[in-house]
Amino acid sequence: MAVVALRMLFGDRAKYLGLVFGVAFATLLVTQQGGMFVGLMTRTASVIDDVREADIWVMDPQAQYIDTVRAMRDTELGRVRGVAGVAWAVPFYKASAPVKTLDGRIDNALLLGIDDATLIGLSRDIKLGRPEDLHRPDAIAIDEAGYLRLWPGEKLRLGRELELNDHRAVIVAITGASAAFTANIIIHAPYTRAIDYLPQGRDTLSFVLARAAPGQSPASVARAITVRTGLQALSSADFRWKTIDYYLAKTGIPISFGLVIVLGVVVGIAIVGLTFNMFVAENLRQYGALKAMGLSDLRLVGLVLLQGSVVGLMGFGIGLGLAACFFTFATQPPGALRGFSLPWWVAAGDAGLTALIVLLAMFASLRRVLVLDPAIVFR
Amino acid sequence: MAVAVDCRDVVKTFGTGDAAVKALRGVTLRAEAGEMTLLVGPSGCGKTTLITAIAGMLTPDSGAVSVFGTDIRTLSRGRLTAFRARSVGFVFQQFNLLPALTATENASIPLRVIGLPAREANRRAAALLDRLGLAAHRNRFPAELSGGQQQRVAIARALVHEPRLVVCDEPTASLDAASGRAAMELLRELAVRGDRAVIVVTHDDRIFSFADRIAHMADGRIEDIATQEAQAA
Repeated sequence: MAVVALRMLFGDRAKYLGLVFGVAFATLLVTQQGGMFVGLMTRTASVIDDVREADIWVMDPQAQYIDTVRAMRDTELGRVRGVAGVAWAVPFYKASAPVKTLDGRIDNALLLGIDDATLIGLSRDIKLGRPEDLHRPDAIAIDEAGYLRLWPGEKLRLGRELELNDHRAVIVAITGASAAFTANIIIHAPYTRAIDYLPQGRDTLSFVLARAAPGQSPASVARAITVRTGLQALSSADFRWKTIDYYLAKTGIPISFGLVIVLGVVVGIAIVGLTFNMFVAENLRQYGALKAMGLSDLRLVGLVLLQGSVVGLMGFGIGLGLAACFFTFATQPPGALRGFSLPWWVAAGDAGLTALIVLLAMFASLRRVLVLDPAIVFR
Repeated sequence: MAVAVDCRDVVKTFGTGDAAVKALRGVTLRAEAGEMTLLVGPSGCGKTTLITAIAGMLTPDSGAVSVFGTDIRTLSRGRLTAFRARSVGFVFQQFNLLPALTATENASIPLRVIGLPAREANRRAAALLDRLGLAAHRNRFPAELSGGQQQRVAIARALVHEPRLVVCDEPTASLDAASGRAAMELLRELAVRGDRAVIVVTHDDRIFSFADRIAHMADGRIEDIATQEAQAA
């Protein structure tokens, strides 16, 4: 009887396409927005994620997330280094800096000051140039997307100059640093040079990056640092989530994306529900005939569920495919959406939502079929 | 001769209070196996309610309905459904063919309902369609068939699983005279056998000559039952 159910479904092409469109539309909306939301939240912590060598971040006790920088005294670095369980610790500077090209283009950059000696904190993804050239005078590294933002359409080239807060800077390396939440250009420079670019008060140390000694857990070492220094120390994973949690709790981003996702679900239920209801209503006599001919309620419900499942699978496949195309093509570097992706668990979650949409949409129709009097065929 | 359908004092009322409609007011009817029985009467006299009860799709308020010895009032809902699937064939006024299925697939539905594999069901349905003169139209969809051809497909669907009872609701109402006559001839030829019976609800007096018995209904009761011979006389 499954074939009969499918032939009934495919036979009404307009409604079948309407149903598939409804599910595909809802899936596309939910998946795309879900992926964008996850990407955006991941982007808030991209600076933390890009520092792979360190597994502990030490900061001012009042810091709430990566972008609330309150400078510490440089002497804090030595105190952190003195805590048992710390393998090494290096300074890290983070600030926003105005950038100007020689031909007058201006923008804003995220300036990251990395350890002078070890260059810990520099993106590991080097597209062009050599990290060690950062030791040269005025040398900086810029991310590829930032480079193309300053010089659109031009080939990547080392040795180009720009002004960083009215200071000369020479590009010696181009990185593939992850896109940041607050800036479109990411510049890495040795720590001492970075603080020279943006002269501030006496305290300049934004963060201390540290690594737990072998055999020690970052969380326990972080706790020891806090106890010994009074500073806030978190494992990279904890700091990442603290940052994401801040944006989740203190901004309207989740509500905005959540509303679109809810709308996608509601519109999906409405389109699929109404169309499926029309489909069932127009086929009510056929269902009645099948019931009269001895098809049990259970098998009839099975047929309707099969029809709904096929619609759900087709629509989900198309919607997911379109969303995958979006994330494949629209997020290519150096575009504004670079780095956004579609995690498997977002797709899996959307599969669950799609199933919910189809089930809710079919609920009224199923009831209609269940209470259908087979004697309708005699009227 | 065996009794195919035995209805005794069947009462059915729809609605309650002032809105109550007594559709059947103590109907007693016997239909013999090997015969075609026509139920005739004016609209609203209870014909359709009676065949709905006989086909096991309506539970009477009182009285007994027995089909080939099975008291269908005693059957559970599931058994009743299974009983309909195996023992009853239907021919509807509007044919009720599934538009997305071919003639063969439509005719094979009762076999699929009772669990026969699609291939075997289609094979048997195709063979019956051949007997009904539809060999050239087996793979056509209902919309591509004339009314008479659609009714022949519906007859094939009613007979393909060899039910003991065939219930027809106005089988000729949507057909011209020639097609109606052809449909009745087929029903008589294929469905009226020693151990089977056909009950036809109709307004069409052109098909009275096909009946072995004609039960006249009025106002929810059987007024009289006449044999063909008596009718002719």
